[in-house]
Amino acid sequence: MFDAIVIGAGPAGANAAILLSENGLKTALIDEQRDAGGQVWRAKSESILEASITDAGEQGDALRDRLKSSNVITKFNCRVWHIERLENGHWLLSVVGGVEKKLITKALIIATGAQERVIPVPGWTLPGVFGLAGATAIFKEHMMAPKRRTIVAGNGPLLFYVASETLSLGGRVSAVISINSRTDWLKSLPAMLSNPSLIWQGLKWIFTLNKNRIPIYWQHAVKSVEGENMVDGVTICKVDQNWAPVEGTDQYIHGENLCYGQGLMPAVEATHLAGADHHYDEKLGGWVPTIDQWGRTSVAGLYACGDNAGIYGALAAPIRGSLAAQAVCEDAGINIDRKAEIKKLKVAIKFGLAATALTIPRSGLEALITGETEVCRCEGITRQEIDFEIKTGAQSPNAIKSGTRCGMGPCGGRYCMDSVALITQHRTKKSREEIGLPTARPPLRPVTIDDISDDLDYDDLPIPGVSPL
Amino acid sequence: MTGGGNNHILRSKEISFIFDGANVTAHEGETVAAALLRAGITHLRNAPNSGTPRGMFCIMGACQECVIEIDGRKAEACRTTISEGLVIGRVPGV
Repeated sequence: MFDAIVIGAGPAGANAAILLSENGLKTALIDEQRDAGGQVWRAKSESILEASITDAGEQGDALRDRLKSSNVITKFNCRVWHIERLENGHWLLSVVGGVEKKLITKALIIATGAQERVIPVPGWTLPGVFGLAGATAIFKEHMMAPKRRTIVAGNGPLLFYVASETLSLGGRVSAVISINSRTDWLKSLPAMLSNPSLIWQGLKWIFTLNKNRIPIYWQHAVKSVEGENMVDGVTICKVDQNWAPVEGTDQYIHGENLCYGQGLMPAVEATHLAGADHHYDEKLGGWVPTIDQWGRTSVAGLYACGDNAGIYGALAAPIRGSLAAQAVCEDAGINIDRKAEIKKLKVAIKFGLAATALTIPRSGLEALITGETEVCRCEGITRQEIDFEIKTGAQSPNAIKSGTRCGMGPCGGRYCMDSVALITQHRTKKSREEIGLPTARPPLRPVTIDDISDDLDYDDLPIPGVSPL
Repeated sequence: MTGGGNNHILRSKEISFIFDGANVTAHEGETVAAALLRAGITHLRNAPNSGTPRGMFCIMGACQECVIEIDGRKAEACRTTISEGLVIGRVPGV
């Protein structure tokens, strides 16, 4: 039994866990990766013995060091697949990959971070297509980039980081395809100036691209990815103000890899499964748990911090972790005063909000999802099938799920449900809030029967004797 | 995959493992996904319904596209660390 469990060991969750244990709470920190840092401060692979120091690496190492010298009980390579609230208000977590299969805690902090929004287009399932965030995972963990040509496409600041990092790791970049226009970027600059060092970093990325003469296609989108068993190139087109494709503007760009993503969304499946109220806020990246300024959700004993509670980015995450830890302490009758952090948070979120604003989906985006596009990668459900469900009466993700199996595969709907909602919004003219989220169901991640069944000895089964005839 | 461009990187010793019957070289301690990517192997399986070719996609344990088979069990290539002589198979597809 723990006083507090934190799910997610990124900058928000790990920081919360450290503070909680410093305040005398018996705290466990769970993460499915093999070390703390989350995606943004992802730990280097053990295969890297020596490497030049990076900013993110330094911050991540500092966090990992603090964690090691704390009393936090860490559980890495460990996944929570179910969350249940017990009658006494405690939380029962079902876990795989650890020693125990069940964990109980008084307070539960969810810090599961973000997931990537990827707009499906024909060919997006081809080997060689990676999420933009996925590419950063390879860079940070393994310090390598694909050797063959990489096309980088999508929106937001990640585009330029991925392109520039590919080059500095010795890869080649064919082109950068930005759905944002130059004007979008200019508009976001004033808010981004709240963090001059990040602006400076961004300029360095652009400088690297210019120096290497990498073409940047502003206000363009990937229309389709071509190739037989791997990527051969992409067809791009110009988009209008609403991001709808403009006819007759197609161009073909060669490349064997495509790093592709349209921004980050809060990963809310855990808070949703735990029963917290959620609402849709496009400025925060999509669906978010409804929280107070400390991170208390609508359910007693359940807290949320970090990008899963709204995409504010890495700067704000540790502060949000502190605030959530303070709320847990306060609710447990311990006083720690970190009110000063609220002021810091107000500054820190400016950059994150400006970056998220660049990624808010616009109304034309759904037109990129053609009829034959596999929207649900796992089950192979096309847009046509989804359109048909809506035409014949489906109005919600749940209805589309049960009608088509869309979202019922191993990824748990993570990579299709947002697109399904975009399509539904376009067809029904309902708001995202009205369309809603699909019902949250365990398992949060795929598990094997072995993982979830208790140890069983057949001899212990109470089998009654044969009844006499 | 390329070594590291402008960055100075020292990697662990090379080991080998088997993927779908073929010998692949990796660095000790890296993930199956990284080693396959370095070897230029991106097509890992075919989707069970549509039969379309698939490879690693999210690289953070969410999408399940990079599942492979080790000792008859499914595992995500992006979350599996390589060890010397590891035998990895493809998940049966269409």
